[in-house]
Amino acid sequence: MSAEKTEETLTEPWAAGAGTVVRFEIGWSRFIDPKGKAVRPLPDFARDPAELKALYRGMVLARSFDAKAVALQRTGRLGTFPSALGQEAVSVGVAAAMHADDLLLPSFREHGAQLWRGVSLFELFLFWGGDERGNDFAEAREDFPVCVPVGTHAPHAVGVALAFKLRREARAAVCVFGDGATSKGDVAEALNIAGAWQLPAVFVINNNGWAISFPVAKQTAAETLAQKGIAAGIPSEQVDGNDVVAVREAVARAIAKARSGGGPHLIEALTYRLGDHTTADDASRYRNDAEVSPRWAEEPIVRLRHYLVGAGLWAKADEERLLAETSAEIEAATAAYLDTPPQSPGAMFDFTYASLPQALAGQRRAVLDAAAE
Amino acid sequence: MPEITLVQAVNMALARALGDDEAVVVLGEDVGAEGGVFRATDGLLQRFGADRVLDTPLAEGAIAGLSVGLAAQGLRPVSEIQFTGFIYPAIDQMANHAARLRTRTRGRLSCPMVLRAPCGGGIRAVEHHSESPEAMFAHIPGLRVVIPSSPARAYGLLLAAIRDPDPVVFFEPTRLYRAAREEVEDDGAALPLDRAFVLREGSDISLVTWGAMTKETAAAAELLAEDGISAEIVDLATLKPFDAETVLASVGKTGRCIIVHEAPLTGGVGAEIAAHLAEEGLVSLLAPVERVAGWDTVMPLPRLEQQYLPSAARVAAAARRALAYQ
Repeated sequence: MSAEKTEETLTEPWAAGAGTVVRFEIGWSRFIDPKGKAVRPLPDFARDPAELKALYRGMVLARSFDAKAVALQRTGRLGTFPSALGQEAVSVGVAAAMHADDLLLPSFREHGAQLWRGVSLFELFLFWGGDERGNDFAEAREDFPVCVPVGTHAPHAVGVALAFKLRREARAAVCVFGDGATSKGDVAEALNIAGAWQLPAVFVINNNGWAISFPVAKQTAAETLAQKGIAAGIPSEQVDGNDVVAVREAVARAIAKARSGGGPHLIEALTYRLGDHTTADDASRYRNDAEVSPRWAEEPIVRLRHYLVGAGLWAKADEERLLAETSAEIEAATAAYLDTPPQSPGAMFDFTYASLPQALAGQRRAVLDAAAE
Repeated sequence: MPEITLVQAVNMALARALGDDEAVVVLGEDVGAEGGVFRATDGLLQRFGADRVLDTPLAEGAIAGLSVGLAAQGLRPVSEIQFTGFIYPAIDQMANHAARLRTRTRGRLSCPMVLRAPCGGGIRAVEHHSESPEAMFAHIPGLRVVIPSSPARAYGLLLAAIRDPDPVVFFEPTRLYRAAREEVEDDGAALPLDRAFVLREGSDISLVTWGAMTKETAAAAELLAEDGISAEIVDLATLKPFDAETVLASVGKTGRCIIVHEAPLTGGVGAEIAAHLAEEGLVSLLAPVERVAGWDTVMPLPRLEQQYLPSAARVAAAARRALAYQ
C-alpha cells in the first residue's frame, strides 16, 4: 500500500511538496560514419553529387591552407597561427549551411568557414601575417573578423541578430566558438539574451576537446556543452563534428528556423583538434600519441572521400586534379601575400577614429618623421 | 523655453535622437517601463515603442557586447550601464571590440555606439554606486570619453556623442542630475566633442576640471574672488581625446594651474593634463601644477564621502599655494 501511495504522490508533485519540474534530453546525429558508410538516408542536399564534392573541396582547401600557413610560420614568414587540422567539417559544414546574407561571427580557428564565405586565401595570409588589411574582406563584407579573445564575440552575435529582428530581415547571425568559450560569462550572457528575445542567432560550439592544454572533461561537470543552451531556453543538440553532412544538415535546419522567426538554436559539433593549439604550442607536453592516434581514424576528409569513392563519385584522377588546383590557388595567394609590402607606419592612426583627432596629429607626424629618417 | 535639470536634458537629447534617426536605439537595464533608475529614459518606451527602447536582461558585459553587434550593423545603440560601479565587465567589450573594430577591419566595420553611465559620488548612495572610473576608459585608444557638467552641455554633448561615428563612453554626474536647472532649447543642436569649455574667464590661475567638480571649482573661484584672485575655469568635457590647446592657452594666460577631479589621484586624467603642461607649457608656468583629486583610497561609504570628494576649500587652498609660490 505504501508503495502505491508513493506513486500517487509522484503524479501530484505539488501536493507532495516535491517533484520534477522539467526534463531535458540532448540529441546527437550523424549521417556518414568514420569508415565512410552512410548510416541513414542522407539529407536532400547531399543527394546531389556536386554538393558533396563542393563540401569535400572546401575541406581540402581549408586543410591545404592550414598546412601552408604552418609551413610559412615555421620558416618565419607568417605569425603565430592556429591550425584547424581535423576540424574542417565543422567550419565548412557551418558555412555551407549559411545563406549569403546570413552573417558569420567566427572564432580564430574557422579558416574553412571564412574561405567558404568568400574571404580569400590572400586575405587570410595577410591577417595571420600581421596586417589588418586581411580583415578588410572584399566579399562577405558584413561578416565579423575572427575573434581572438575567447567567446567575447557571442554578445556581438546577439546584437547582429537583434538588428536583423528589429529591421524585420529574414537573416541569421551564426556564431562559432570553441569548447573553452562555454566556460565564459560572455557566452552564458549571450545565450541567455538570445533565448529571452528569441533572436535569429545560431550558436555552434566547435568542441575539439581541448582548450590549449585543458581537456573538455575538466572544463565542466556538465555531460554535454549543448545543455548550456537548454539552460537558456534554446533548443540544443549535438552532431558528429567530423561528418560534414551532419554539421551542414543541423546548421541548415537551425538557420531555416532562425530566418523564419523560430528563434535561436545551439549545435555542439564534436570534433578533435589533431594539431597543436597554435604554432607556439607543443601539445606533446599535455597529451600523448595514444590519445591522439585513434582520432585520426575519425577525421572528416578521409571519411567523406571514402563515401564518395564508395558511391562511385570520386576517383584517383579527381583527387589529383583537386590537389593540383588547390595547391595552385594557395601558391598564388602565398606569392601575392609575400609580395605585399607593409602598410605605411601612419596607417596605424588612419582608422583609430573616423577622422584623426587633433590630439593624435602630432603623434602621427612623429611616426612618419621617424620612418623617414 | 523650459528650465530643465541635467537628467531631463539627457532625456530630451535621447528623445530628439530617437525622433531624428531611425537607427538610434536605447537599451539597458530598466530603461523601459521603469524609465531608468534616475528617470533618464522616462517616457521613451511609451513614445517610441519597444523596438526602439529595450529593457535588457541583467548583464553589463553583454549590454556593451550586443551594442557592438548592433553598431556594426549600422544601428546607433545608446546603452545604459545603471551605475559606473557595474561598468567593469563592459571594459572588455569596449577595449577589445568597440574601440578597435574600425581599426582591425580598416574601416570595413565600425562601432557608432554610446555607453551611458551615471557616475560619481556625493548623493549618499550605497556601496559601488559612487565611482569615477573615467581614466580607465580614457586610456583606451579608439574611444571617446565625455562628461557633461550642465543641462545644456548634457543635451548638446549627448547628441554629438550619438551622432559620432565612433564609440563614446558618456558619464553623467549623478550629483548634478537634479542640482540645477537651466533653459535648454530642444533644437537638436550638438555641441562639439574634443573641445573644452571655458566656464569662467580669469587672469591669475586656471582651474581645469570636469563633471560634478565644476560645482566645487566654481565655489572655489568665488572664494578666491573674495580675495581679489581672478580664476579661470576650464571644463574639459571630452576627456579623451582632450583639448590640450584650450588648456595650454588658459595656462599661457594665467601661468598657474590646478586640476580638480573626483577620481583617485594616481593615474587619473589630471596626471595626463599635468604631463601635457610639463611637456608643452613649462615656460608659461609660474608655479608647480597641483592636482586636487579623490584620495588613493577605495571610495568610502556615504558617511565619509564628503571628506573624500575635493571641496571648494581644498581647491581654493591649492590655488593660494600656487599664487604664493616664489
